[in-house]
Amino acid sequence: MKIVHSWLLDLCPGLPDDTEAIAEALSDLGLAVESVDRVGASVAGVVTAKVLRTERHPNAAKVHRVYVDAGDGVERHVWCGAFNMSAGDVVPLATAGTAMPDGRLIEPKPILGIPSQGMLCSARELGLGDDHSGILLLPHDIALGVPYGEALGLREELVYDLDVLRNRPDAYGHLGVARDLAARFGVPFDYSPPAVEATGAPMTATVELVDGDRCPRFTSVVISGVRVAHSPDWMASRLSAAGMRPINNVVDVSNYVMLECNRPNHAYDYETLGGHGFRVRLAAEGETLVTLDGAERTLTADDLLICDGNDRPIGLGGVMGGQNTEISDDTTTVALETAWFEPLGIMRTAVRSGLRSEASARFERGMDPHGIGAGIARFVELLRITSPDLVVHEGAVDARSEHFPGATTITVRPGRVGAMLGTPFTAEQITALIEPIGFSCAPDGGNVAVTVPSWRPDCTLEIDIVEEVARHYGYAKLGKTVPKSSLPGGLSPVQQRRRRLREVLLGLGISEAMPHPFLSDGDLARAGLAADAVRLVNPLVVGDDVLRTSLRPGLLKAVAYNESYRTPNAAMFEIGHVYPPSDDVLPAEYEALGVVLAGREAPAAVDLWREIAAAMGWGARLDQGTVPAGLHPGRGATLSLGRDAIGVVGEVHPDVLDAYEVTERVAVLELNLSVLLATEPKVPQWKPTSRFPSSDFDLAFVLPDSVIAEKVDKAIRQGAGSALVDLALFDVYRGKGVPEGSRSLAYRLRVQAADRTFTDADLSAIREKVVAAVAKLGGQLRG
Amino acid sequence: MIDEILAARDGALARLAAVTNLADADAVTADLLGKKGPFAAFKTRLGSLATVDEKKAAGQAVNEATSAVEAAAAARRSEMQRAERATQLAAERLDLTEVMSRPTRGHAHVVTQAWQRLEDVFIGLGFQIAEGPEVETDWHNFEALNMPPQHPARSMHDTFYVDHGAPGSTVLRTHTSPVQIRVMQTIEPPIYMVMPGRVFRNETTDATHLAVFHQIEGLVIDRGITLADLAGTIEKFTQAFFGVDFTSRLRPSFFPFTEPSAEFDIRTPSGDWLELGGCGMVHPNVLRAGGLDPEEWSGFAFGFGIDRMAKERHGVADVREMYANDLRFVTQF
Repeated sequence: MKIVHSWLLDLCPGLPDDTEAIAEALSDLGLAVESVDRVGASVAGVVTAKVLRTERHPNAAKVHRVYVDAGDGVERHVWCGAFNMSAGDVVPLATAGTAMPDGRLIEPKPILGIPSQGMLCSARELGLGDDHSGILLLPHDIALGVPYGEALGLREELVYDLDVLRNRPDAYGHLGVARDLAARFGVPFDYSPPAVEATGAPMTATVELVDGDRCPRFTSVVISGVRVAHSPDWMASRLSAAGMRPINNVVDVSNYVMLECNRPNHAYDYETLGGHGFRVRLAAEGETLVTLDGAERTLTADDLLICDGNDRPIGLGGVMGGQNTEISDDTTTVALETAWFEPLGIMRTAVRSGLRSEASARFERGMDPHGIGAGIARFVELLRITSPDLVVHEGAVDARSEHFPGATTITVRPGRVGAMLGTPFTAEQITALIEPIGFSCAPDGGNVAVTVPSWRPDCTLEIDIVEEVARHYGYAKLGKTVPKSSLPGGLSPVQQRRRRLREVLLGLGISEAMPHPFLSDGDLARAGLAADAVRLVNPLVVGDDVLRTSLRPGLLKAVAYNESYRTPNAAMFEIGHVYPPSDDVLPAEYEALGVVLAGREAPAAVDLWREIAAAMGWGARLDQGTVPAGLHPGRGATLSLGRDAIGVVGEVHPDVLDAYEVTERVAVLELNLSVLLATEPKVPQWKPTSRFPSSDFDLAFVLPDSVIAEKVDKAIRQGAGSALVDLALFDVYRGKGVPEGSRSLAYRLRVQAADRTFTDADLSAIREKVVAAVAKLGGQLRG
Repeated sequence: MIDEILAARDGALARLAAVTNLADADAVTADLLGKKGPFAAFKTRLGSLATVDEKKAAGQAVNEATSAVEAAAAARRSEMQRAERATQLAAERLDLTEVMSRPTRGHAHVVTQAWQRLEDVFIGLGFQIAEGPEVETDWHNFEALNMPPQHPARSMHDTFYVDHGAPGSTVLRTHTSPVQIRVMQTIEPPIYMVMPGRVFRNETTDATHLAVFHQIEGLVIDRGITLADLAGTIEKFTQAFFGVDFTSRLRPSFFPFTEPSAEFDIRTPSGDWLELGGCGMVHPNVLRAGGLDPEEWSGFAFGFGIDRMAKERHGVADVREMYANDLRFVTQF
């Protein structure tokens, strides 16, 4: 919201003429000042010029040639990328050598070898608001060759750009901002435009409220003797500074009243207003209306129409007027509409139609349903400046439906205010703080009965008044205390385990990635995973609508990305959520760990799993009988805990690697952390270490491939019994000397007794038992 | 005989002096002092001497000579040992900048690093950590936070809707605030919790905005909690996280789930104010949604972005870089 400094001082002359002090007070009152800008100062070198003709160049599609006269009768040529002007229009011309506000220097830069003798400017390029949709079109009847600011009667204005939040609908007008500031600076504030005297013969624009729930109040007044003209310079300057383009005195006064009183209103040409009346009703489904911006809008049965007395649509209620009753240069009698619309309905229409007008933005936040009279009075007062002969007619209408809101009164307990703010406040202090901003306070036992001003519909509860008290007392004065928790701070056991897991992974040389949790259509299928997934209704990028069910696709993309930048052997992990579908209230979201080791084969993943499992105190069954989807059929296993699969380990299927354009082999480990981190790990229990010498011996067995090494391992442990203190598989051999379909597995055993030194006889006995145990599996001791 | 002994002693000392390495030293020593050495021989000859006095004198001479040779041998041995160790050490000299292995440690994501730093500071201030789902019900994300259907403030959240359950019933959480509700519903006050997590906004990404990013949110609910407690907690956090020469302030603002609401800014030692996040007293409607009586309990909440902490700490120009998973980026931190 743009608030003009001179305007504030006009409304409240007691305010300091000091932008720094005002800006600070505004921020402190919750009206955050994004910037204080100096606008409207003419850019030296930019003059008014008349468009003579325009011409396309056969080799230039995005620009055309515009010939202008800057008042000296000399035809100048400029290239222009905007097409919104035609012969006769008056436009601002930045002549060669002009330094633009954004720092650009206008040079006769040729296009297609033809130089440009300057540049035509948009409003934004001149610092006159945000409009950059085309070249700024100036009134046709102004002098040529003069600085455009002079031609427009612009003065330099200081403007506060305020970030006005939802809870301050009143601050969408200068009036509301001035009231807040007056209270803060403790200066008197009174806003009362001279009362309207209806001196004209009765002349009425009738009002019929068909759907009064959507429009609880609608007033009309007829004003004749209007002469359409330019607005005075000061008014045009302020409107420009506030970001609105001056058009003519009637439209400008309408806008001025909106920006000042926060009171959107609409002036219709009374002569073209069919049936000299208004009818407010919901549109029929599919009904159309051409709005002031020239667009034809197809409406729904939830859009509110302003129709004329003959039921012809003339405006989209609270959003935008229709083109058919626009004020023209010949208008002499206007019917002024000032209404109050139900906010949520306006919001729905604005959202649906994409039409966020100055009016709809205000109505949807909640305007003051009262105080319409002051707005009309101000309209008349201002229009009389340029139309001294105007007459206000008797017969004004103030139609209200039963939905017109009443006043809100809230009981405020001073003790409650103190309990919330940490500083005690008496009823008198509360009254003194909020009465200046329009809250009327009456004693109510020990409490305060606070009647909310009609321009603050956001205040409905006691806590809202607490905020107003705090705001005007000053947040900074409320002090800073630190509450002390009676509980110890810290990580939960799950969080501690997660940190430990991360440290273990980092220590193993694996770095952390954070791929996007959304996948593209087909990413899961390309990874060989089930395509069944939850989808987004409104993805940011069309097609990126799949909520991942596995961390693998994201990590594979990361591997491919790193390969493409010549970083092979990427070792990456992610700890993140996945969201498989479910029939419950929410998807079956859980936290997962995914690890990819590019350039490594399946055993690296198994080794990693063992390392992690040992560090975390986890155990799981490795089941190669069930090959997980997307993994190499001979190099993948499911990790199971009881009956539940809690992870996969192995190597990514070569088809998947091809689909992800990964050229290295990729070892992969995925774990369900929601299950694993929640498991209480076994605390390792002390086993006494023997003080007696240990003995090592090596055994190699030939076994068919069908006997998995895990079974051999188990058999050796059983055979050796408690004497075994260490067992390591140190060689696997297939080839000459070993039958086809078998391999030799070589183990080193370390045995030790707790209470003595093993004799040779002891060692032979253990060895024999081990050999016998492995023989049961079909294993033969290798020579 | 005494002369012989003295001569043998001098000869032995000369031989020891002539050795040049440890092995020689040991061999010569064994030769001289062993059973077949000259001094052993003198001792056997002692019995053949005529008089007691002669025996006594010669015996003393042999013992003295033996001791002298033993001492010399030990000295020579240790001298040789030192020399050999010195030679070994000189030979083993390495250029310690001649290192061929590459560093192998893994690197935590910058956002994780910021996340954990923040958690640790809050733990120090007596907070615990709470977590919640990223796919949320509309009720938890909006309605329980004082944003009923059609509430205008909902339009400030560019929400990703999830095709799950009834249309519009499921969203990707737009903030970490739904965790507040889950905490209130499951934990009896007092509550001193922070809630870090991933959040989602359906807005176009650029150098400072992401559609998927991270927030940390704090929630304190206890008896007699005030706005001054909020200001004090923010101040304490500011100094613990940024440094003791930083200060903070609250400015009135608006959020549907807090009342009074505030923005909080921090002031750098150079005097600049930076906007950090939003905060306020938990709205009575939110306390009720969480199953708490606002007349009995009061509290405050605050929240801000984690990604920005990482971005600014490390001077990352474009926040999207942090999520490209490029190891050339990841391994810088």
